[in-house]
Order: sequence, then C-alpha cells, then structure tokens
Amino acid sequence: MTLNNIWVFAQATNGAVNTATLELITKARSLASNVSVFVSGDGAAIAAAVGDFGANKVYGADCGAHLPGVAMAAAMKSVIDGGDSPDLIMFPQSYEGRDAMARLSVKLNKTVITNNVDVEDSGNGVTVTTPIFGGNTLVATTFTGSGPFLAAFRPKSFAPEASGGAAAAVTAVVVPDLGAAGSAQVTAVHVEETSGPKLDEANVVVSGGRGLGEADKYSMIEELAKLLKAAPGASRAIVDAGWVPYSYQVGQTGKVVKPSVYIAAGISGATQHMVGMKGSKNIIAINKDKEAPIFGIADLGIVGDVHKVLPKLIEALKTRG
Amino acid sequence: MNIIVCVKQIPDPAAPGALNSDSNTLKRDGKLVIDDSDMYGVEMALQLVDAAGGGEVSLVSMAPNGETSGMRTALAMGAAKGVLVSDPALQGSDALTTAKILAAAVQRLGGADLIVAATESSDGYTGTVPEQMAEVLGLPSVTFTKKIVINGSTLQASRQTEAGYDEVTCALPAVISVTAGVVEPRYPSFKGIMAAKSKPVEQVTASDLGVTPVGWDGAGQKITSVTQAEARQAGEIIEDDGEAFNKIVGFLENLKVI
Repeated sequence: MTLNNIWVFAQATNGAVNTATLELITKARSLASNVSVFVSGDGAAIAAAVGDFGANKVYGADCGAHLPGVAMAAAMKSVIDGGDSPDLIMFPQSYEGRDAMARLSVKLNKTVITNNVDVEDSGNGVTVTTPIFGGNTLVATTFTGSGPFLAAFRPKSFAPEASGGAAAAVTAVVVPDLGAAGSAQVTAVHVEETSGPKLDEANVVVSGGRGLGEADKYSMIEELAKLLKAAPGASRAIVDAGWVPYSYQVGQTGKVVKPSVYIAAGISGATQHMVGMKGSKNIIAINKDKEAPIFGIADLGIVGDVHKVLPKLIEALKTRG
Repeated sequence: MNIIVCVKQIPDPAAPGALNSDSNTLKRDGKLVIDDSDMYGVEMALQLVDAAGGGEVSLVSMAPNGETSGMRTALAMGAAKGVLVSDPALQGSDALTTAKILAAAVQRLGGADLIVAATESSDGYTGTVPEQMAEVLGLPSVTFTKKIVINGSTLQASRQTEAGYDEVTCALPAVISVTAGVVEPRYPSFKGIMAAKSKPVEQVTASDLGVTPVGWDGAGQKITSVTQAEARQAGEIIEDDGEAFNKIVGFLENLKVI
C-alpha cells in the first residue's frame, strides 16, 4: 500500500511543541504527502511550528480538565467517522500518547504496536521495527488488514528537521460526550523542578544505581553532574527504592537518552536500563563487579568501588576549576 | 470494597529471553512467575481493601498451560480467588485481544469497585492493556498512578507525568495502573502460602468468555522478520588501582567535555 495520509499525535506545553512531536512529523512527511497533527488544546497555537516541520493540517481538541487520553481518542474517532481517515497514526511513547492510542484502538478495533524505533512503507504494507531483549534483537512487524494503523515510537527514533513549510491549516474538534469514561479529571498540576540541563536533552548524563549503597550517596552523582554541566539520572532500582524522583529514571520505563557522554556509576546494566542509554555516543561505566553487563557496552569501564572512584574524580575536576 | 488485580505470569526475568523459532512469540513454556510489576498492584489492592474495612481482592490472569504459580504468589499475599484464562487458541494474541479477554474475566467475577494493573509488563512492554481494558468495560481510568486514596465512591490519585505529577479525581468503578515502587509489597507468610494452595482459581477458555477472534486470527499484525541488532563493542576495561579516575579525566578531555 502507499501511505497518503498520516496523523501525528502531538504534545505541546503553552504552545511549545515537544521534540518527540517534531521527530514524528519529520518522519511522517518522508512517508506521505498529507500529514495532520492532533493536539490537545488550541491548534492555532502550534500551527506555525508544526507547519515548519511539514504538517499540513492541525486538529485541536479542547479536553478541558479531562485526562487527555480518553478525550483525545474520542475526538480522533469523531474526525475519522467524519470522513478524514488516516492510513497511519504515529503516537509518541509517552503517557498521553499511550492512553490515547489504547482508547482509540478499542474504538476502531485495531491492534497497537508500541516501542517502535522505525517505520517503513514497503509497498506491501506498513512495517514497524521494535527492539526487544534490551535492543539486542530487532523485530519487524507488518500491519495486516486495513488502517488506520496505530503505532507508538520511542523518543529520539528520528532526527527532527524543519522543512520550512507554511503554517498548518487549523481545525477545532469538539470532544464528544465521554459518558462514565470521562469522569477522570485533573484537579492540580505539579511540576517537579530539576536544576541544570534536561535529562533527555543534556550533552552529558551522569547516572547512579544501587551500587551507591544508600540514598545519601546520590549527592556524589549530583555533584559530578554539576561539575560536568550534566543532567543527573538514575536506574529504575533506586527510583523504585524512593531515592530520587521518577523523572530521573533512564531506561525502558523512564527516559531515553542519547548524550555525547553517559557515565553509569554503580549500575550493573539491567536490560531495562540499557535500552534507555545504549544509544549514547560514549559510555563510561564504574562498577565493582567485573561481570556486570554494563561493561559489555562501555567504551571505558572501571572495575572499582564508586565510593572510591567518584570522590577522586570530583576532586580532580574541582582542581581543574 | 472489592478489587480485581490483573496479574501477569511471565518467564523468570533473570533468565535470558528467547523467541519460539516457529512462531516468533516469546518463549513461555518454562516455569512462570508473577511479574514483579504486579506485586505493587496486589499490595495496593490489599491495603485499599483493609482501609475500606471490608471486601476482597480477586485476580485475573491469562497464561498458557493452566499456569497458576504466579497467581499463587498473589493468593499467598492475601488475594481471595482468581480467574485464569488459559487456552492454546490465545497464542499470538495482541494487546487488544488480551484486554478483551481480561475485561471478560473481570465481568465473569461480577466486576469490582476498582480494577488494578501494572503500567506495563516486564516481558512484553506494550503498555496499553489497562487503558484498553477500561475502554472495553466503558470505565474511566487513571494510568501511571503513584498514590491512591479512596473516599466513598471517589478515587483520588497522583498520576505521573513527564514534568512531575497531576492530582486526579475519578468516580468508581474505575481502572488504574500503578507504577513500580508505590508501595512495599509484603512477603507471603508461611500460613499465607499454605492457604493459597486451596484458594479457588477458576480456569476458563476464550470461548467460555465469548471472546472471538483471538490469537493470531485476532491480531492485526504479523511478524515479518527477526534480526540481531548491531552489537555495541566493549572498549577498554581497567581495574581501579586508585588512579582510575585519571583515565576518566583523560577520556573526558579527549572528547572536549572538559
């Protein structure tokens, strides 16, 4: 088949479109001539930004206080029923993206394929690529039957590139009555401020794991990160243990990072973690277990105690000023 | 307060995963264990029932070969009973079919005030089943919850977001997915383990539940190839002799990071 019409599920905060959205639009325009964007809120606020990356049309749905997933899925269904039915809908692998995709899949009775890193139109069908077993194995899956096909993509799967397109045409969509499913309402929004560069955008990331031994020792990670103008990160183990907030987590269920330098301190390298960081250009690992899987992908591996190596490293960097 | 928890029974996560060579499905023929991610939901459910002062926790699960060992762990923690959907026809089922099956199993138990699942399984990671199940059941849902309080017929939850968290209210009945680490799962007591052996688990098939098509027939996808990714080569590994920090400094200098 040939893809003619692709939708991208967009996310924006105060009119600023997030990077994952721009990545998906860039990929979408390489596959189809008609690219529409679906966003929660006012479509006009992002029309110029998404047009610049190649979107022709933007549908904006005012979700009010509803959790966006359920409201967006209903809005998307109403547009599809109205006659604009896409061949493929690309979702970001995010909280809202996953919710909206899941709800829509039931409404359309269509399968979902998540955690993808690529998509191609082979002529015989639309095929997505999904890494499994920590990224060691790549599975290619082709959608069968008719569209719309629903696929979610991990952040940083595609490089965002502006096309210099004109502002996208804006259509406002009314969210249909959601019935009982609409009863989940957001009553307050909390932003957990982190200082320094953002984890998924930083040039250098310093992450700590269970090898730090106790929560207090995470301060070494923060200090090293500050000296390197890096973002501090964490393995799932210490997030689950409550040492640091979830927003620090790097891995399958956390953030995907691809910095120039990734420093893993006291992290053994569970599949769950490696998926989120193995795309880093350079990896430095410090771990006292020389059999730790992290050493299998490290460019520089130090078999040693983080409690001895990190203080000396911090001291040396401070001395340099 | 009656709560149903979705429990996935998965291959031992410590063992390397493998695919069946004929079907490219995940090998699940060895002994299965409860997915660690589901332990939080079971614990959360037990605590909410305790706080409500009455009711019980039930389980639903879909697994091959009549497998109940993972469910027994949850029963040993304090769940009262369960429904297991086990049927060779289910092999190859996608997330949507799984959600339809679990929703039907929930209905077989007569529904509940609250249905709890993990945010995603530790073997398949699709991460859409709780929300799909909510849509099948026509219920509201709060995914990625980190804290839950129930006041009468209303749920109040903190829900993880990319930037922090949202406070959300929702009428019951509802579906929630809970993030790992929200509560500290209890260890089953010896008494609990013994009691779990005789707790009822009803085993049913997809056709008992009236869900068709299932398995590969119901999946709108087919696996077209499985290839090995280009392996990342390991670099220099050194033992710390007290001066290894200098290696790191040199490495960072070379990259002009410092």
